[in-house]
Amino acid sequence: MSMQKANNKSGFFANLVRKQIFIPIAALLLLAIFNLIADPSFYKITLGYNSAGDPVLSGYLMTILDYGSELAILAIGMTFVTAASGGQDISVGATMAIAGSVVLRVLCGTNSRPETLQAPIIVAFLVACVVSMLFGAFNGALVAYFRIQPMVATLILFTAGRSIAAWINNNELPIVSEPSFGYYGGFIPGIPIPTPFFIALACVVVIGIVLKVTTLRLYIQSVGINESSSRLNGLNPEMIKLLSFVILGVCVAVAGFIKVSRLSSINYSVIAKDIEMDAILAVALGGNSLGGGKFNMTASILGAYVIQFLTTTLYKFNVQSDALPAYKAVVVIALVVLSAPVVRDSLSRWWKQLRKSGAKEVA
Amino acid sequence: MANKTSAGSSLGAKFKNMTDTNLLLTITIVVFFVMYIGAIVFQGKGFLKPQTFMNILNANAALIITACGMSLVMITGGIDISVGGVAALVSMCCAVYLDFKGGNVFGAILIAVGIGIAFGLVQGFLVAYLEIQPFIVSLAGMFFARGMTTIVNTNPFNVENEAFVALKDTRIRIPGLGSVNKLGKYVPAYIEIGVVVALLVVLILFCLLRWTKMGRAFYAVGGNNQSALMLGINVKRTKFASHMLCSFLAGIGGFVYFLHVGSGSASHASGMEMNAIASSIIGGTMLTGGVGNIIGSFFGVLSLSTIQNIVSSAGLDEAWWTGITVAAMLCLFLVIQSVIMARKKRALNK
Amino acid sequence: MENACSAPFKNEKKGETQVREKAILEMKNINKSFPGVRALQGVDFTLCEGEIHALMGENGAGKSTLIKVLTGVYGKDEGEIFIKGIDKPVAIHSPQDAQNLGISTVYQEITLCPNLSVAENMYIGRTKGIYQNWKKMNADTDRILQSLDIPAKATQQLASCSIAIQQMVAIARAVDMDCKVLILDEPTSSLDEQEVEKLFGLMRDLKARGVGIIFVTHFLDQVYEVCDKITVLRDGQLVGEYEIKDLPRVKLVSKMLGKELDDMSDIKGEQKTYENKDNALPVFEAEQLVSDAGIKPFNFYINKGEVNGFTGLLGSGRSECVRAIFGADRVLGGTVKKNGQVIKIAKPLDAMKNGIAYLPEDRKIDGIVGDLSVRDNLILAAQVLRGFFKPFSKADTDKFVDEYIKLLEIKTASPETPIKSLSGGNQQKVILGRWLLTHPEYLILDEPTRGIDVGTKVEIQKLVLKLASEGMSVTFISSETDEMLRTCSRLIVMRDRETVGQLSGEELSQSMIMNTIAGGGR
Repeated sequence: MSMQKANNKSGFFANLVRKQIFIPIAALLLLAIFNLIADPSFYKITLGYNSAGDPVLSGYLMTILDYGSELAILAIGMTFVTAASGGQDISVGATMAIAGSVVLRVLCGTNSRPETLQAPIIVAFLVACVVSMLFGAFNGALVAYFRIQPMVATLILFTAGRSIAAWINNNELPIVSEPSFGYYGGFIPGIPIPTPFFIALACVVVIGIVLKVTTLRLYIQSVGINESSSRLNGLNPEMIKLLSFVILGVCVAVAGFIKVSRLSSINYSVIAKDIEMDAILAVALGGNSLGGGKFNMTASILGAYVIQFLTTTLYKFNVQSDALPAYKAVVVIALVVLSAPVVRDSLSRWWKQLRKSGAKEVA
Repeated sequence: MANKTSAGSSLGAKFKNMTDTNLLLTITIVVFFVMYIGAIVFQGKGFLKPQTFMNILNANAALIITACGMSLVMITGGIDISVGGVAALVSMCCAVYLDFKGGNVFGAILIAVGIGIAFGLVQGFLVAYLEIQPFIVSLAGMFFARGMTTIVNTNPFNVENEAFVALKDTRIRIPGLGSVNKLGKYVPAYIEIGVVVALLVVLILFCLLRWTKMGRAFYAVGGNNQSALMLGINVKRTKFASHMLCSFLAGIGGFVYFLHVGSGSASHASGMEMNAIASSIIGGTMLTGGVGNIIGSFFGVLSLSTIQNIVSSAGLDEAWWTGITVAAMLCLFLVIQSVIMARKKRALNK
Repeated sequence: MENACSAPFKNEKKGETQVREKAILEMKNINKSFPGVRALQGVDFTLCEGEIHALMGENGAGKSTLIKVLTGVYGKDEGEIFIKGIDKPVAIHSPQDAQNLGISTVYQEITLCPNLSVAENMYIGRTKGIYQNWKKMNADTDRILQSLDIPAKATQQLASCSIAIQQMVAIARAVDMDCKVLILDEPTSSLDEQEVEKLFGLMRDLKARGVGIIFVTHFLDQVYEVCDKITVLRDGQLVGEYEIKDLPRVKLVSKMLGKELDDMSDIKGEQKTYENKDNALPVFEAEQLVSDAGIKPFNFYINKGEVNGFTGLLGSGRSECVRAIFGADRVLGGTVKKNGQVIKIAKPLDAMKNGIAYLPEDRKIDGIVGDLSVRDNLILAAQVLRGFFKPFSKADTDKFVDEYIKLLEIKTASPETPIKSLSGGNQQKVILGRWLLTHPEYLILDEPTRGIDVGTKVEIQKLVLKLASEGMSVTFISSETDEMLRTCSRLIVMRDRETVGQLSGEELSQSMIMNTIAGGGR
């Protein structure tokens, strides 16, 4: 507020730049155009058949749709946590490992390579949800009741999470042989579009309804902006922060479930590695302040797909998976710099001046 | 407060009047000594040997340096999670330079410092002058450094440059400290070069924070950056300086790490940023900024590695136990900090 | 009052040159815009050596903006600033630049670092050299604190001082700087009377030493007590510069408002002693209520349609009492009865459900939700009361928002404007609207007029009386006793965190209040 620079009506462009959703859309367009110029075959989608003989669509766009969906689910929860607590949960990757480990533990029982499932898949999923919500509540309690900064509070689970995941299965690597378990991370027979997309869609619809029929948005934003004032207006800020972490817990469980379904197994140290970074970037790319307060869910979800778009583009250009982060970092910095208020202010001022001098010349 | 005895209340008053920084520092030092004595009592004589303690220093010299840098940034209210990545990049670049390009040790040191400064310049500029959140900037910095490490060289390898190996194996014996080994021979305790560097860094940074205008500006900016601005402090320059110093120290820390392990690998120093943050916090630095101490960070590193040593000497050698103990320790300290600060605040209100 | 600076106005012949000589600060044709607002339009301002110059105006008149331009917090769009001894216009880009030019400022909000020691807060950012000399700094600080009679130690952490002392430290810092121009931006709002006296002594002292002081305040008494000259701003424009003796109070107020004031006095006497007609039970009653905010257990009651108030010095526990009733602090003991029935209030929501509304003392920290729109701020409390699963429909919200914006004459570009970009008075009106929307039976207003312009003050006072006449019970707390005397029919007097008396009817007078506070009363 104190550092606001003057800019009045500075035209359509400036207004557009000011819109929050502009950032992910601009990033998406930039990437799309880049790919179009570099190699239009990026957009090719082919219909083929997988090993089970079911029709599947494949192509880079499908990969984005597939893996971006996991990220989008996480981005939903991360947006809530960011808005309510003004910080981020960096333990989502580790908690996903825990959730995945729980799913396998329930499905496989004590035998790590069973012939048949020891429990229905839905039970495994629900148990994972509960466990994940408990871990979310642990994070949330540290943040809300002990007033520890979210990044630091979740550092605890970040450090210990994968160890806990390994401990849940006695450090064994269970494998599920039941093919129907693979549907959730792959394709449902007869439907050529990757299932994670439908799961993400369901999550988005659910969250859309929740935001519509409850006052969650108003509450979370109030608490994120001014906790003390929210309390005097009858809200319970601690409870709302806790709630946001629990919601993230559910999102993490869903994403973790998809992850183990893809492999029908788990690798504790690698599964969902660095995904917390991607999820946070999705929120940031959506133009949401990482300091909490107002949020735009659509922009976050779009941001998640943009991040995946970027990752896939990099893979396409044969970037080694270990070197991938370097390129990603450059792009991310470019985006963040462009979306920084300081830069956007000077950009729109520059545009205003340009128009002014242009108008003068015409006159 | 009122019901306490006079001795209690005077202690309470002392507690109330202590600055936050000193209070947390006291706790850290007390906890470290209690833990170390506990280790001696319960884990046997191993911890009584001076060399055990020296080994903790030897193994953690790099962490001490990066944790100190981290504390600087955290005191100004920022955070830098790129330090591990920078350390890995430094070790890889130096390794490649020494073995493949036939470089000398001095050149390697220049490379290390150069990489640190380069990261500091860019990150500092983005954080201080473009006002982008430090978390995001250093997140990208971490990605970039880790990725670059792989691009420089994919496979890990040991450095065989003679001058370097000689430097790496240099051991500084400490007269007067030592122990008698199983054969009845007296073995003096030793430290590596890196420890000397680390102690120097601790000393210099302590002086910087305590007795220079810039050091005090770090605290002021972390306490309330709007106020600091009104008080006439150049907030942007101060933030820039803190990130600059942190990355610079990450570069030096990277070289010390390299000196300790003697190899280049993309997986080096993994998790170092988290250990550095954890050490800082255990050492009494608050992520909200404005509170912290270099001596505390030093003890933070010692506490962290002592507990790891205790765990591994207790026979819980599986990798996951380290993660869980570090996490438990961090959790414990965070809760202690938060409870103490809350009580102090309440005591003040009365 | 004969002072150095008034001379040129008397002596027409050498007027021009004398102004030049005596003026230490001249601001010419200052323009500054924010998105959608022209905050300053061609404002001139001149400050002379050794004068105390009041800068007056309603909220949003541009006082703060002018000061922030002068101190380098904002850049100006147009205009020039001259400082004595420098031939060309000076460029002030940062508070540091301002300090170097000899301009030091004390803001209403404390702009010190709570984590540093008192001494450091005195000296940081303004000493030369690289090294911090602790010994000298602490010694110097203790000397200054002692000479100004500030009860603090140099080595104490600032956060452990009370707000008033922190403010005094900020002033001490500004005073100690070798400044030519001292700006005091509402420094008195957190000080009690004695402290204000001390501050005035200090100001006169500095004046004698030739320092020019710009004094911004909402307290008219204070202006007439210490100032030599007044500059009035309105809607970002200069209204005029006046000698204090040429501008009586009523005129000043009318200049500030831009209209002949129908006077604040017209509501004087409107308030009448409350008569309990049919001996009904009090609407709300508290017995031996005590909270963890450090007040002694107190009793309290309020009848239907009554306006009462808590009075006492700052820190006497006024706010803490009402906060206990509202459940804003943790309640440790005692009971609250509504119409004779014991109710349980453990948290603000309980109080709200029982029809209590509380407008908090600190608007910025406890009142507004800064980034949210006026609309969301308005409906917040009503929405919370209504419940998590029952959001107001858009049509309902629009209706409420339009209604209250009109009713309270809230000046906002649109309902979607973030509340933080409104002026203080309008923000307060939004918060008031928020609580009225919950249709409370009992409204607690804690310092609703602090930091608000005269016009809005009168509006709020009138509104209080109107609400009471419609049957609402109101508790009104204000630092300005005349305001309380105008609105309240019963006053509870507090001293040192306990109630020391109750005044009503004939007893309601300035002197009686003073006596009771001082302990001489009943």
